[in-house]
Amino acid sequence: MVENNENVTRRRFLRNGFYGGCLTGLGGLAGFLAGRSSADDMVWQIDPQICIACGNCATHCVLAESAVKCVQVYGICGYCDYCPGFHQPAARALDTGAENELCPTGAIKRRFIEEPYYEYSLEESLCNGCGKCVKGCAAFGNGSLFLQVRHDRCLNCNECSIAAACPSGAFKRVPAEKPYMLKDAAQAPDPEGGDHA
Amino acid sequence: MIRLTHIAIALTVLLGLCAVVSGLERFPPPEFEGGYLMPPGPTTPHPRQDIYEYIDVGVLLAALSLASYLVLKVRKRRAIFVLMVLCLIYFGFWRKGCVCPIGAIQNVVLSIFDRTYAIPITVLAFFLLPLAFTLFFGRTFCAAVCPLGAIQDLILLRPVSVPGWLAAGLRVFAYLYLGLAVLFAATGSAFLICRYDPFVSFFRLSGSLNILIIGICFLLVGLFVGRPYCRFVCPYGVILRQFSRLSKWRVAITPDDCIACRLCEDSCPFGAIKKPTTEWPVTEYAKGKKRLAFLIILLPVLMVLCGWAGARLKNVTSRMHATVRLAEHIYLEETGEVAPPGTLGTDIINASTAFRATGRTVQDLYDEASRIRDRFALGGWLLGGFMGLVIGFKLAAVSVWRKRTDYEADRAGCLACGRCFKYCPAERLRRNNAKEAISVK
Repeated sequence: MVENNENVTRRRFLRNGFYGGCLTGLGGLAGFLAGRSSADDMVWQIDPQICIACGNCATHCVLAESAVKCVQVYGICGYCDYCPGFHQPAARALDTGAENELCPTGAIKRRFIEEPYYEYSLEESLCNGCGKCVKGCAAFGNGSLFLQVRHDRCLNCNECSIAAACPSGAFKRVPAEKPYMLKDAAQAPDPEGGDHA
Repeated sequence: MIRLTHIAIALTVLLGLCAVVSGLERFPPPEFEGGYLMPPGPTTPHPRQDIYEYIDVGVLLAALSLASYLVLKVRKRRAIFVLMVLCLIYFGFWRKGCVCPIGAIQNVVLSIFDRTYAIPITVLAFFLLPLAFTLFFGRTFCAAVCPLGAIQDLILLRPVSVPGWLAAGLRVFAYLYLGLAVLFAATGSAFLICRYDPFVSFFRLSGSLNILIIGICFLLVGLFVGRPYCRFVCPYGVILRQFSRLSKWRVAITPDDCIACRLCEDSCPFGAIKKPTTEWPVTEYAKGKKRLAFLIILLPVLMVLCGWAGARLKNVTSRMHATVRLAEHIYLEETGEVAPPGTLGTDIINASTAFRATGRTVQDLYDEASRIRDRFALGGWLLGGFMGLVIGFKLAAVSVWRKRTDYEADRAGCLACGRCFKYCPAERLRRNNAKEAISVK
């Protein structure tokens, strides 16, 4: 009987020791991490300088319609007649014919402004984030079209499925108070640039 | 002729894409004469306000407190069930399952190893609160708050009992899963737990087909095996098990004396009720003692062996890191074993194209990849050592005999669901007595 009691005491002693250890460990971890934490939440965003517009954004998002959409910064756009983001590379005519358009969903609208300028605007509800226009605009245009995570749609998954599939590492965690990485319209090209297309 | 021009144009485009990545602003913005007003820049809809994240933490805290109160004080399965459903709706379907304490393990690990990543305080709270509650009240988080547990609990139709040896064996996988998740998070490779979260597709009502299939499999198995994910896979459950062993208060089948009536014996769908045991048979005692001594000596050997195997696997495990994958592909390209970019169209080719466009030297990439691989070798040693420890302890546990006089809930395995309460006649008597005492008053 006495032996049994001792056994219980020893076990209880060990348990209390472990319990105290766990409590202090947890407290220590909390303190250590609290010192490193930020009050701000982190959200996902695409760095347009790194993005290669591979097309994964359209297919890898957990949402059926991707949270990534194309945006247009008009201050950078050249308003070209032949827009490599709008027209097929081998377009037969520079018009709004469906066979000449690059966008698979017809999300880019082309509007005549004045000779020889055309405005290209995006209908966000149609855009599927495939980045075909981004690729064209980056290759032969000013790069005014680029992809961004739209935070009214993004679920902010802990691991972004697109980020896991991003071949260039363009997906980044950014603070929620500055959730977009837009190209700056102020850094517009200098007037002595190339010819108009 | 037309076809030739098309091919020529396509080739030019391809070449252009290889060389140019982000656009060069070749054309100056036009100066309009007709008074054209430039539309404003892109809209920037704001992400979910931080205040809602803090509300989530508040709801978690409230749900944990309520769950602990219901499990330990009220002791009614129905109340626990209602709270479980509410939490499933809130944390699962309303919050779409992210962020959850299970996945928060990786955020914590990442913030320890990656100094550039500051863990949001709300994610930290999600990780710590259930742990703290478990240390005091047992696994009440699993019982009523975790949406992953709730969705499995809801569909449990006809539980079959899993033999103890099989359950213990399968549980090793959960430890391995935890170890791998920590390894991949620490090396900044991937968030494994989130990537293979089987139920998140149901919460979001969308997701990749593979994960959906895994989720459906878990639910189908879950019809007959109680909470298969919680018991055999959940990496957070592994931590909670250890904390629950030490918890200050815990679930008792009845707070009164057990009368060993055996009625609760089959009430637990999770196999977490321990039967009373007799004294250790004298013949077995000496044998068990010897076996235990042998296993304790074996433990370091097992750890080193597993660690060695883990380190040997670095070439496999390190492939989880995008840089290593890329470096391996570039190496194949450089040695001419695969075609250079432009001829194929897969993700790795895209990665190769993106890498070539950065202008980094190949050697630089190789160096970084081998540094990462070295980290995986060290991580493999640690992970293997951990697994050796786990397996060793599991073996040793078989050789330890605990004398028990009562039916009681297993401290580690009990999910505090409260199913066993109503099976206990002593508990019914206690409740009736309490009711009568109230009505007499």
